[in-house]
Amino acid sequence: MKLNHTFHAEGISAGYNDRTVIHDISLEVPSNKINVIIGANACGKSTLLKTLARLLKPTSGEISLDGKSISKIPPKQFARMVGLLPQSPIVPEGITVTDLVGRGRFPHQSLFNGWTTADTEAVAEAMETMNITELANQHMDELSGGQRQRVWIAMALAQQTDILFLDEPTTFLDITYQIEILDLLTDLNRKRGTTIVMVLHDINLSARYADYIFALHKGKLVKEGEPSHVITPALVKNIFGLDCTVIEDPISSSPLVVPIGRHHVFQNNVYS
Amino acid sequence: MKNKSMKYIMKGRKRRHLRWLYVTVSLTILLFIVSWAMLLLGSTIYPVKDVISVLLGEEIKGASFAVHSIRLPRMIAGLFAGFAFGIGGHIFQTMLRNPLANPNVIGITTGSSAAAVFCIVILHTSNAVVSISSIVGGLVTVLFIYVFSKGKSFSIGRLILVGIGIQAMLNSFISYLLLVGAQQDIPAALRWLSGSLNGSQMHDLPPLILGVMIFAPIIILLGKQLSILELGEQAATSLGVRTDRTRLLLIVSSVCVISLATATTGPIAFVAFLSGPIAKRLVGAGYSAIIPAGLVGANLVLAADLVGQFAFEVRYPVGIITGIIGAPYLIYLLIRMNRKGEL
Repeated sequence: MKLNHTFHAEGISAGYNDRTVIHDISLEVPSNKINVIIGANACGKSTLLKTLARLLKPTSGEISLDGKSISKIPPKQFARMVGLLPQSPIVPEGITVTDLVGRGRFPHQSLFNGWTTADTEAVAEAMETMNITELANQHMDELSGGQRQRVWIAMALAQQTDILFLDEPTTFLDITYQIEILDLLTDLNRKRGTTIVMVLHDINLSARYADYIFALHKGKLVKEGEPSHVITPALVKNIFGLDCTVIEDPISSSPLVVPIGRHHVFQNNVYS
Repeated sequence: MKNKSMKYIMKGRKRRHLRWLYVTVSLTILLFIVSWAMLLLGSTIYPVKDVISVLLGEEIKGASFAVHSIRLPRMIAGLFAGFAFGIGGHIFQTMLRNPLANPNVIGITTGSSAAAVFCIVILHTSNAVVSISSIVGGLVTVLFIYVFSKGKSFSIGRLILVGIGIQAMLNSFISYLLLVGAQQDIPAALRWLSGSLNGSQMHDLPPLILGVMIFAPIIILLGKQLSILELGEQAATSLGVRTDRTRLLLIVSSVCVISLATATTGPIAFVAFLSGPIAKRLVGAGYSAIIPAGLVGANLVLAADLVGQFAFEVRYPVGIITGIIGAPYLIYLLIRMNRKGEL
């Protein structure tokens, strides 16, 4: 049912005020895959994500969706195809879960028409996917961090876009909730074919959950591909400046980065 | 499973929607009652049937004059000005996410007043010019606040403090104008400092009525966009809202209704400040409080004017009464913000 989309960026640079953060990046987002952007702090991960999702105008270069320049697509139409969950959206005071998720329906509504059954259906489905149906009539301020994040993602799902961008959806969450969120996003991708592009902080979770990785360093795209191809000791050294060894994850057989550091190095059964 | 959860979701939505409806209908009924009270009460109390006949064009000695020349204009001025202050204040508070950030506190109404007083006292211009300059005065004040509070990064605390400063300056300018103005203009001082419905006349009202009829629908139609803007700039953009355009349209429309109201009645103290929070508490979150805020504003002005006229031995202008209600709330908010370290 899901369409394939070609999402293509050609030589884009972008930044804030006079400061260029990302330089001359060209990429093609693989459709129906989970794509993860990795890189050190302040390397331009979020900037790249925002530029692709049209929150930031590139200073040069061109981004196209299905062959059409995204700057030429009307905002609401774009919002029906591409959704983005920002890193720290604001919770309106006293709002209930359903009403917040319902805001995701905005691009599907016009100036005069009210709430439709299609809206309720989309909200119900999004809430079921994120396992928050029983929270429907609760207030946001009564929820835990993990629950709140699921509500936000449900809002983005209610938008019913084929492409979903997420800016660090697992930050500030306990490890249990991080896994839960990533599992739910994987369900979404496998069941509906939603193309996911997200920034993740944790390189090992990225390696496990990503089908495809974009590695950024100082605003440039330095490597891309499947995790087993991208995640190598050389790359980690290059972009994070960290010495490490990469082993096979015993659970997922994806690459697992084991940092070396200066202490606690155990070799040949002898502490050095 | 899906049907069940759809029903569950709809149940909650319906309950909240009904609450919105109850609140709006009750406020409308209440407004109807106080509006009638404005027409019936006065130094002479006329029976309802007399007032109705007078309104329908019949001549009744005494009643005709009192209703047509005094009570009706007073009621209409209060109704429209209150509605304008209510929605305008609510828009500012919602957009800036702070109840303190409203036209009364940050000096937008004072800017409109200053322009209006200047036109009336110094230039002796016509009504139309007064209305237009009060709008310009309001917009220029917004621009000044924006420029002075911009800094390196936007801070709502700074905006509020800059606004309070600008308001103080404008208030002293108004006092100066009234001092250099002609003697007969001095009684008008109270109107321009706290707002009053005294001396409202039918021929002063068209700009306000027209302004509310044009801009209030624009604001109400943008309510959906406003509720998305509440989620923050990025979320709003990714949901397809043209944030800059929406914000500009909302600010200009709000300033227009507020300035026109100010030009007609003076800056009736704290109505723009109180209406939004009261309306929001009544309807609960998640539903647009724009119309309820307007209705609360109109109710507040008319009820306060009735209190000012009849509750004491001396007649007080409406702004004094709303000021008495509003000031403690302002102090409460300042203390709360200070505790949270937002100022």
